Amino acid sequence: MRKILLGLAAVALAATMGTALAQDKKTIGVSIPAADHGWTAGVVFHAERVAKKLMEEYPNLNVVVKTSPDPASQANAVQDLETQGIDALVILPTDPDPLVSAIKEIKAKGKFVALVDRAPSSNDDSVRDLYVAGNNPALGEVAGKYIAATTPNAEVVIVRGMPIPIDQQRQDGFDKGIAGSGVKILDRQFGNWNRDDAFKVMQDYLTKYPKIDVVWAQDDDMVVGILEAIEQAKRTDIQYVVGGAGSKDMIKKVMDGDKMVPVDVLYPPAMVGTAMELTAAQLFDQVPVHGTYILDATLVTKDNAANYHFPDSPF
Amino acid sequence: MTDTTTTTPQRRNLWRDVDLRAVAPFIALALLLVLGSFAHDNFLTANNLLNVMTRSAYIAIIAIGATFVITAGGLDLSVGAMTAFIASLAIMFMNSDGIANPLTMVLAATALMLAIGMACGLTNGLVITLGKIEPFIATLGMMGIYRGLTTWLSQGGAITLRNPDVQAIYRPVYFGNLFGIPYPVLAIFVTAAIAAFILYRTSFGRHVIAVGSNEDVARYSGISVARVRTMTYLIQGLCVAGACLIYIPRLSSTTATTGTMWELNAITAVVVGGTALRGGVGRVWGTVAGAFILEIIGNIMLLTTYVSEYLLGAIQGAIVIVAMLVQRSLTRKS
Repeated sequence: MRKILLGLAAVALAATMGTALAQDKKTIGVSIPAADHGWTAGVVFHAERVAKKLMEEYPNLNVVVKTSPDPASQANAVQDLETQGIDALVILPTDPDPLVSAIKEIKAKGKFVALVDRAPSSNDDSVRDLYVAGNNPALGEVAGKYIAATTPNAEVVIVRGMPIPIDQQRQDGFDKGIAGSGVKILDRQFGNWNRDDAFKVMQDYLTKYPKIDVVWAQDDDMVVGILEAIEQAKRTDIQYVVGGAGSKDMIKKVMDGDKMVPVDVLYPPAMVGTAMELTAAQLFDQVPVHGTYILDATLVTKDNAANYHFPDSPF
Repeated sequence: MTDTTTTTPQRRNLWRDVDLRAVAPFIALALLLVLGSFAHDNFLTANNLLNVMTRSAYIAIIAIGATFVITAGGLDLSVGAMTAFIASLAIMFMNSDGIANPLTMVLAATALMLAIGMACGLTNGLVITLGKIEPFIATLGMMGIYRGLTTWLSQGGAITLRNPDVQAIYRPVYFGNLFGIPYPVLAIFVTAAIAAFILYRTSFGRHVIAVGSNEDVARYSGISVARVRTMTYLIQGLCVAGACLIYIPRLSSTTATTGTMWELNAITAVVVGGTALRGGVGRVWGTVAGAFILEIIGNIMLLTTYVSEYLLGAIQGAIVIVAMLVQRSLTRKS
């Protein structure tokens, strides 16, 4: 009896597999950095969230999300995904250049490749079919324009991130945004995208300058430390602080109409979801998606904040 | 106690240069204060100096623990990650609704932190002594474990204290003061006083120094080397917990990157303070001066307008080395 049952089960299994194959089951592999700070934690959260949504939307779609802490293990993860059999790869590289050859290998096998956020030095269609990224210069420019428009003669202190290219792009964008206005930059120092360091830098700014109108920090994590330093010093000259990225805590403050945090500038970790949606569209919907997508650095205000608030996200 | 009398003449000879070496970090500190007064008019204000002393509290208290570890010839690289781990667990505990009264909650969290700190320190110590693994490698491994667990607890994001009543009660621990002296600064001096008493006035303290200066001799004189070593890591764990007590109320949150590089800052503070990295000599008050020196260098760099922000790291490194050279030349003169 048991044997017959087993046999029946095997036949049934073979049959379902047959139909599944007939319906052309597709798999998207998603390779992203492990959550090692707020923004990448957001990337992981949104990749998993969108994966679930896509699998509900397209019953024949399977999405595999893999996280890796460094380029070497990410290269292995990409290989493993390929071995498992994928039809498309969505990748946000921990460090793009060391991963180019691993990505090209996938592409050479005729798979669709979507690259997110971090571009290698030669970012053309030999590496990827699709490129989705945030806009670093615009992140600075939008903040600069907002400050120039709201407080045209403000004296501004800047807390920078780390001395790497994206930070410089944001600074250049900011300078472009305030060009021609009366906004004056008092100082720029590095806060290492770290709350504790930003707290120290802000404390010292408050000692150094008797009057500061606006603080631009281009990162919501650092804003946490900056607000705490201002509150401790009981200084009332600072009118507001502009951050960036779009963490849930800062978006919440914008939603609630916090006077110190009137706006935020978006550099959304959810962009990985944009790439995943486009890739699924490529596999199932026969719409043209090849190309480069640069997301706006949207200015989040009280009116549109609800669209960008993810209370369940770790970031 | 009988051997004290026999070693008195020797000790009197030693006292002279011990004194100068112990004073050297304070001279370096004084020189930095002079340098700072040129950097900005507001440098020598009570407000700025208290700010700097307050925010050096974590490194200072962790470094006081590290003074024991290093004096006994060990090393602990896990302290930064351990801070993040303990603070994260404590915040998660305070976010749970187990205890209604906010004051009881903070006290319970304090007890929890001290307990976890001792447990972490004990684990470090036992891995090194029972496992017979080099401290550098053992604590490097533990650093990975504490950091990884913190990242996992926070899912890479932030762990934030949610309950506003608990926040209101806890916040003054960092921002409050007693007769104008911030609590964290008081905490530094109280911790240092207790540590100095233990290291210089108890038999355990003398054992720590003995183990650090010559392990074999210490063993032959009947000191349980493994027990003393393990105890130093336990003290280190307690000090890390103490640092967490002050750290949490400042930003009321931890992230996966909380406390990165603190282990190196703590070790630097210990060495700048005159403790020998090879063990056998421990200077608790020097360590406190070392922690102040590190923080003041950063403060001066930010207040000055002459230095490009890209060069800060290089200048900080140079000042640490100059401070060490000043100390060396002072001790040689004696």
